[in-house]
Amino acid sequence: MASSGIELLLVSLPQLATGAGQTLAISALGILFATLGGVLYGVLATLGSRWLNILLQVYLELFRAIPVLVWLYLVFFGLPIFFGLSIPSFWCAVLVLGLWGASEVGEVVRGALQSLPRGQREAGLSIGLGGWQLYAYVLLPQALKRMTPPTINIYTRIIKTSSLAVLIGVVEVIKAGQQIIERTYESVLIYGALFLFFFLVCYPLSAASRVLERRWAHA
Amino acid sequence: MSFDTAFMLSTLPAFFKAVGVTLQVGAIAIVTSLLVALLNATILVLRTPYLWRLVKGYVELARNTPLLIQLFFVYFALPSLGVKVSGFAAAIITLTFMGGAYLTEVLRAGVEAVPRAQLESGRSIGLSEGQLLRHVILPQAGILSLPALFANFVFLLKETTVVSAVAVPEILYTTKNYIALYYKTYEMLAVLTLLCVLIFLPLSLLLRYLERRLQHGQFGH
Repeated sequence: MASSGIELLLVSLPQLATGAGQTLAISALGILFATLGGVLYGVLATLGSRWLNILLQVYLELFRAIPVLVWLYLVFFGLPIFFGLSIPSFWCAVLVLGLWGASEVGEVVRGALQSLPRGQREAGLSIGLGGWQLYAYVLLPQALKRMTPPTINIYTRIIKTSSLAVLIGVVEVIKAGQQIIERTYESVLIYGALFLFFFLVCYPLSAASRVLERRWAHA
Repeated sequence: MSFDTAFMLSTLPAFFKAVGVTLQVGAIAIVTSLLVALLNATILVLRTPYLWRLVKGYVELARNTPLLIQLFFVYFALPSLGVKVSGFAAAIITLTFMGGAYLTEVLRAGVEAVPRAQLESGRSIGLSEGQLLRHVILPQAGILSLPALFANFVFLLKETTVVSAVAVPEILYTTKNYIALYYKTYEMLAVLTLLCVLIFLPLSLLLRYLERRLQHGQFGH
């Protein structure tokens, strides 16, 4: 049993690896869009425009109130009928993870920017920096230490949540595992391998986030 | 594209039931998670030999793997080990497995957030360890962890949508079912969105209010 199990795992490895590649691709793209969108959200939320803040608040609450899996189905079923757009389920997953992640990262960035002393903004403005320069050279670099640990945590959540893509038909690592199980009935072994895969990806990130948080606690 | 209002209304009783299932699964999972977490947090705070390492390992495993894989493991893999569970039981077991780990961390962090001076003052006025725990640590740790606890309750309730994957007839499963049976995608997505906004949005807003209140409470002690 043990040897046949290991053999099976070795034989299945290429198929699992292909699926894992898809999972990592969805996660990486989701993380990329979440980061870009999140920084944009954070900056927009600290500009002090009332209408912009209301708009961002609505966006945030919609992504907090409606679960990610529901968003996946809304986009997957909804885009074709509401907008006549038919995008592959892979990109549906990336889109949802990116938008959801951006709202989460955005709140972290906003919080970090608002925690900076007011004097920083005023000093920047007084030496003649424009809005863009103020954020790029003064505010964001200083907020970086405060926003990195929680943002890494959001990354692990995006990676874990990417697994939901299997439910709208993306052939990622779980689907690959299910296909192997259909052939071999080795469900314990394969789900064990899936557990291990996600743990090996997420645990180092969680640990890094914790270490950085402790190190930068007084920053 | 037409909107079939009559059809939408005809599904309302089924959705009413589905909301009941969502709330039921969520409520049970919250209670069982809290029980698991209370036990685990006690072990962590007291540093019970060997056991606390086990608890640490469990917390890390549960927090660093997706709920869906935990769910599929319980529902699809356990039967081959001789443990057969229904979709509903699998849902409760898995949500408890994950929720218990998150809540353990919340409670542990709450206890650690009580300032050391509180412990020392308690000891210096001659309180026993039991009294210290009951009158000094737990009341403060409870208040400190309240917003995080509530946030995780809301999170767990939202995560119940994932158990639609093992055919638990909650709101998402019911929606998918109707779409598959009648192709009324448009109407069913509208109902689903509406239900999410009605159930989760007030909780989400209440959470934000709680968080703000506690910040005020902490300010200047």
